[in-house]
Amino acid sequence: MSHTPDAPRASEGKPPVVTPVRVVIGLCLIAPFVAMLWVGSYAKVDPAFIGIPFFYWYQMLWVLVSTLLTMTAYTLWNRDQRARNQRARTSQNGGESA
Amino acid sequence: MKDGVNGVALAVFIFFFLAVTVMGFLASRWRRAADEQSLDEWGLGGRSFGTWVTWFLLGGDLYTAYTFVAVPAAIYAAGAAGFFAVPYTILVYPLIFTFLPRLWSVSHRHGYVTTSDFVRGRFGSKGLSLAVAVTGILATMPYIALQLVGIQAVLDVMGVGGGEDTNWFVKDLPLLIAFGVLAAYTYSSGLRAPALIAFVKDTLIYIVIAVAIIYIPIKLGGFDEIFAKAGEAYGQTNPATGAPRGALVPGEAGQWTYATLALGSALALFMYPHSITATLSSRSREVIRRNTTILPLYSLMLGLLALLGFMAIAAGIKVDNGQLAIPQLFETMFPDWFAGVAFAAIGIGALVPAAIMSIAAANLFTRNIYKDFIKPDATAAQETKVSKLVSLLVKVGALAFVLTMDKTVAINFQLLGGIWILQTFPALVGGLFTRWFHRWALLAGWAVGMVYGTVAAYGVASPSQKHFGGSSEEIPGIGEIGYIGLTAFVLNVVVTVVLTFVLRAAKAPDGIDETSAEDYTADAGDKGVQVELPPATAGAGH
Repeated sequence: MSHTPDAPRASEGKPPVVTPVRVVIGLCLIAPFVAMLWVGSYAKVDPAFIGIPFFYWYQMLWVLVSTLLTMTAYTLWNRDQRARNQRARTSQNGGESA
Repeated sequence: MKDGVNGVALAVFIFFFLAVTVMGFLASRWRRAADEQSLDEWGLGGRSFGTWVTWFLLGGDLYTAYTFVAVPAAIYAAGAAGFFAVPYTILVYPLIFTFLPRLWSVSHRHGYVTTSDFVRGRFGSKGLSLAVAVTGILATMPYIALQLVGIQAVLDVMGVGGGEDTNWFVKDLPLLIAFGVLAAYTYSSGLRAPALIAFVKDTLIYIVIAVAIIYIPIKLGGFDEIFAKAGEAYGQTNPATGAPRGALVPGEAGQWTYATLALGSALALFMYPHSITATLSSRSREVIRRNTTILPLYSLMLGLLALLGFMAIAAGIKVDNGQLAIPQLFETMFPDWFAGVAFAAIGIGALVPAAIMSIAAANLFTRNIYKDFIKPDATAAQETKVSKLVSLLVKVGALAFVLTMDKTVAINFQLLGGIWILQTFPALVGGLFTRWFHRWALLAGWAVGMVYGTVAAYGVASPSQKHFGGSSEEIPGIGEIGYIGLTAFVLNVVVTVVLTFVLRAAKAPDGIDETSAEDYTADAGDKGVQVELPPATAGAGH
């Protein structure tokens, strides 16, 4: 599966580039790709929900799941950036990346 | 199909269209700027739009004839295979989250308005910038064609022209009307009209969706009944192909196609000129990220609309041209006056994005081809004139796609555009993260992707069409059927990487990079970040 070249970060910062928080952010963003592109995992009719086959309601459920995941990534990212900006201000050196 | 013209529905439809047209003309007075002749005014609405309006414009990328007509029609025709649009829109948001903020930052530091601007600044290559501009304009045409097909389907079902046994003029009348309305409307009021009308459009669409997904299933006896009937219908053999018509769940063989279509479409969506324009006009990079957490809810609506395809089968709708299935379903299920409202929603929902797309393509031409290559010292009035003219030409191009391609599978229009626009991904998104790629390698990769994609798509036959009959083909080396656009994209990347190694080893001259690392993370309020981007072409330096 060709994952895009825009991996969550290609950083050039001074503080460690890969931190646990950033790994979590990355996982939040990659999870929808794994779940949706692995079609075999959900290509079935049962269990149906109010008459809608599994295949359809599962994917629609993933709209909500991926929204929650993106929101989590957004919140964590903001926190990460704020912490880094503060550190950068004290050491007078910014090298963040998005 | 009911015989003759559906008078009530047509009257309601015309009422909404007239209301919208009047709004369109009044729009040119809304927040009017001093100089009406400037391209900035016509093409970017004077750039006075706040976040709210901007995102209404962006919503237009999602709610088009694609959502309302093409996706449900694909489901109507083949079942599960058409549902790939839902994972497609799910995957779009993590992608936007990751790369668009960087594009926003660098664009606001350097005054880039189009993707071509960025590519030229990053790689110092006019050739690459031209390739990106040409691809953007070309890829927009079939996407506009899809909108024309949507409007045509609605007019057809209402009984305006259409039908197979009439002469060509009456038969193509709905298409000609759709084209005329779109052209007149864009030409006269530029981007202001679609921005204002977007509110009306979204309201109409929400009402119709809400009613359709509650009222129709109840009338048809619930989802159990709907899917039972649909499953039965898909099991029947299609005389044209000798295989079953479709399936409720993709079989082993269809899964590669499903996944590659979803991924390819997701990668392609935000390469289109109109999406980039709308994104760049947001107030800060934070706004972009915040919106990616809300916008996915649009996808839920898309999923529900897609289910209309099953409902059309369960309701016993029988049409040869799948695009007519949903309008026909509305006409059968709804009282005439509400069918008119629904048709107006589809019609306006196709008109607004088509206008936005043709304006974005025209701006791209004027800024990155006309100004860069043909007439660098053009005046503002000349630029506006060229842009208006090109926006017409783009629509004529779209018309050519409608007339030459198989209209019964309209989703292919969008997928064909995707094949092309995807080939600008390595230069654009690659360029946002690394300067390692060599400009000549990117150009070669682009050319390989374009040629392979076009040739492969040309070679796909469908029961009714010898060429451009579909968008999926065997993936060389893997043997599964997959989306041509994604295969071409992978080829593109491979060529780019290999040639970059070669060119770097040969010490080929690297272009000048006018951007620096911190440009990609700057936010509003930082030093050197322009709150307002310069006019699309009106003479501002960059």
